[in-house]
Amino acid sequence: MNKTFTILKREYLSRVRKKSFVVMTLLGPLLMASLMIVPVYIAQVSDSVYDIAIVDDTRLFYTEFTDANNVRFINLNVDIDLAIELLKEEKFDAVLHIPTTAFHAPSTLRLFSQKAINMNAKLYVENILKNEFESMKLAHAGIDAEILRATETKISIQAIRLLRDGHEQTDYPEVSMAVGLFSGILIYFFVFLFGSQVMRGVMEEKTNRIVEIIVSSVKPFQLMMGKILGIALVGLTQFSIWIILTFAIITTVQAAMPETFRFTPPEQIYTAGSQALNPAELQERMQQVQQHNTAAGQVMESLSAINLPVMILSFIFYFLGGYLLYAALFAAIGAAVDNEADTQQFMLPITIPMVFSIIMAQMVMNNPFGPVAWWLSIIPFTSPIIMMVRIPFGVPVMDILISASVLIAGFLATTWIAARIYRTGILMYGKKVSYKEIWKWLKFSS
Amino acid sequence: MDYIFRAEEVSKKYDKHQALTNVSIEVPQSGIFGLLGPNGAGKTTLIRIINQIIAPDTGNLFFNGQKLNPEHIKEIGYLPEERGLYKKMKVGEQAMYLARLKDVNHKEAKVLLRYWFEKFDLMPWWDRKVEELSKGMQQKVQFIVTVLHRPRLLIFDEPFSGFDPININLLKDEIMNLKNQGTSIIFSTHNMSSVEELCDHIVLINKSEKILGGKLEDIRKSHSSQIFSLTISGQKSESDRLFEPVAELLEEKPQRDGAKDIRVKIREGSSANDLIRHILPQADLHSFHEELPTMNDVFIKTVTGKYPHERKSQSDQQGIKNKVSEIN
Repeated sequence: MNKTFTILKREYLSRVRKKSFVVMTLLGPLLMASLMIVPVYIAQVSDSVYDIAIVDDTRLFYTEFTDANNVRFINLNVDIDLAIELLKEEKFDAVLHIPTTAFHAPSTLRLFSQKAINMNAKLYVENILKNEFESMKLAHAGIDAEILRATETKISIQAIRLLRDGHEQTDYPEVSMAVGLFSGILIYFFVFLFGSQVMRGVMEEKTNRIVEIIVSSVKPFQLMMGKILGIALVGLTQFSIWIILTFAIITTVQAAMPETFRFTPPEQIYTAGSQALNPAELQERMQQVQQHNTAAGQVMESLSAINLPVMILSFIFYFLGGYLLYAALFAAIGAAVDNEADTQQFMLPITIPMVFSIIMAQMVMNNPFGPVAWWLSIIPFTSPIIMMVRIPFGVPVMDILISASVLIAGFLATTWIAARIYRTGILMYGKKVSYKEIWKWLKFSS
Repeated sequence: MDYIFRAEEVSKKYDKHQALTNVSIEVPQSGIFGLLGPNGAGKTTLIRIINQIIAPDTGNLFFNGQKLNPEHIKEIGYLPEERGLYKKMKVGEQAMYLARLKDVNHKEAKVLLRYWFEKFDLMPWWDRKVEELSKGMQQKVQFIVTVLHRPRLLIFDEPFSGFDPININLLKDEIMNLKNQGTSIIFSTHNMSSVEELCDHIVLINKSEKILGGKLEDIRKSHSSQIFSLTISGQKSESDRLFEPVAELLEEKPQRDGAKDIRVKIREGSSANDLIRHILPQADLHSFHEELPTMNDVFIKTVTGKYPHERKSQSDQQGIKNKVSEIN
């Protein structure tokens, strides 16, 4: 045990001291934080203004174009050819031509520009014309546009989860999905990243023959476990630093730019008192609440619905469990082959359940409590990813307990199998191994 | 005699491949024991069994009279034939690590390493990465970590490969030093001249079986090919008749002063004494000694059943006869 610790220490320190580790550890949180901050920031900062000249041959619509955030309209009462000439002189960015035929044949509408068309501007223009054409047609048909507008209803049901303690909690299935999928992918990524580090480490020891020296002092099993646990610790270190730094960065940015990331606690819309309100008042109140929250604030609010400590703890557990399960197999592969190229054929059985989990994650998200989701979150080869996808939806404790025990049993089993392949493989050189060969190694007594 | 290590009837089979068949060896205390054999004979398997890296299928193993157990690992030092180091790790750090794995405590390891590093002029390289070292220097580091924990039994598998002649001598001196300090050494090699130079006892393994074993000198004697070299002068008859019927002339080389260097092979039924008695009345005998087979010869003879010179000696003999007739 003492020697396993000595090995673990070396494996850990030699990796943590590497430049690549330091760079990854510092860059990771920057990337993650910027993933959350940059989109919000960009949404706030307006783009450069896009000037569109309107040549309206019908003289019916040009007044309807109101300037928006980054689109400005200029009414040109000139011939289209002249407008195009002006466009070539870069007086504006684009020319919208509404020919007289436009109303009956909208496909004759044209938007000219010298550079690539700004998609947003195009959509904005299309939207205005659509509304105008529609209301004109309604007027033709004798229908009052106002009445029609009043009948339009936007429905967005608020999902409320009744917690066991009687509290209500606003549910955001979209956020649960995103968080679950993100954690699942992160586990996939971590297991592969650190699992292949185990494999490469074993291969390094085998190809440079230091393993011969080491196994004369320690048991192969100690060497293998020292390596696997040392690298697990590297992973945990990296993950912890990422979490801490990401939070630190986000908090700092939030504090530095409070306006952009304003977040007010969610207001209970449906309260005892609100039943008494009439629909108009209720509508008003809802709008108030919605206007109150910025986009970023909403993201923050919905994130608060996720039980973060539970997510982090279960992430650590499933990362460790999944990693240990697969790392032992990675170690066995590293021991069985002589060079990186030969690893391919043995990697397949490891890759398939992992990739399968990621593919199935979509299905599990749509029905997180169905039998497929349940079984996949119990089977140890898929459970680390699938369970992480399910947990944000609130998984019964019993399921987690079963899944966790099966996962522990699973990695004990793979470690046992891997150890048998490992101890034969590390001392076997210059032999191209096959699955048949490995099967024989499994049956050897030491 | 005291034995540091004994193996009794050890067998090991890998799948369909028989690696060792009832091999027994006795490694005496404080001597150098040569473990010889062609590639694939089972030497490495035997060494791995001694190191408890693998277990034999059958047979008993004793270290210093006790049944071999994991406690003995720290009493053994092993320098494998295929050996390496972590290339990206610093030399000193790596040596410390390997010493720690042998249960040498931190403080002691530091003192011992300093002693050895200074002896081998490696001190300036302590904080350098292994990949910056020459191959010879890496081998020195490996040698140091093998002997550092003062094991009672050392196992060297082809220790001289990768060394230049100067360092080979340095290493040989160290090995002899260790032997004189009472360390027992198992020495596995294909280099028969170093076997002759260093080993006291040998065992020869071929195709998983022990085919020869014992004291080096005894073995060479028992493999005597009855070939003698002598220098004579003033002979009373022609050389090819001179030795009949006791011995057969193999080679004749006249020297400047009229004496001749001669190689003869004693015929069956005669002895060296008979040969001397036979020559003395007919010539002046200046020197006489037996040509003992080299370990190389013994090795090849035992493994292939033929002496290396026997195959070519027939044509050689023809050449000599032609030469003799020319002189006549």
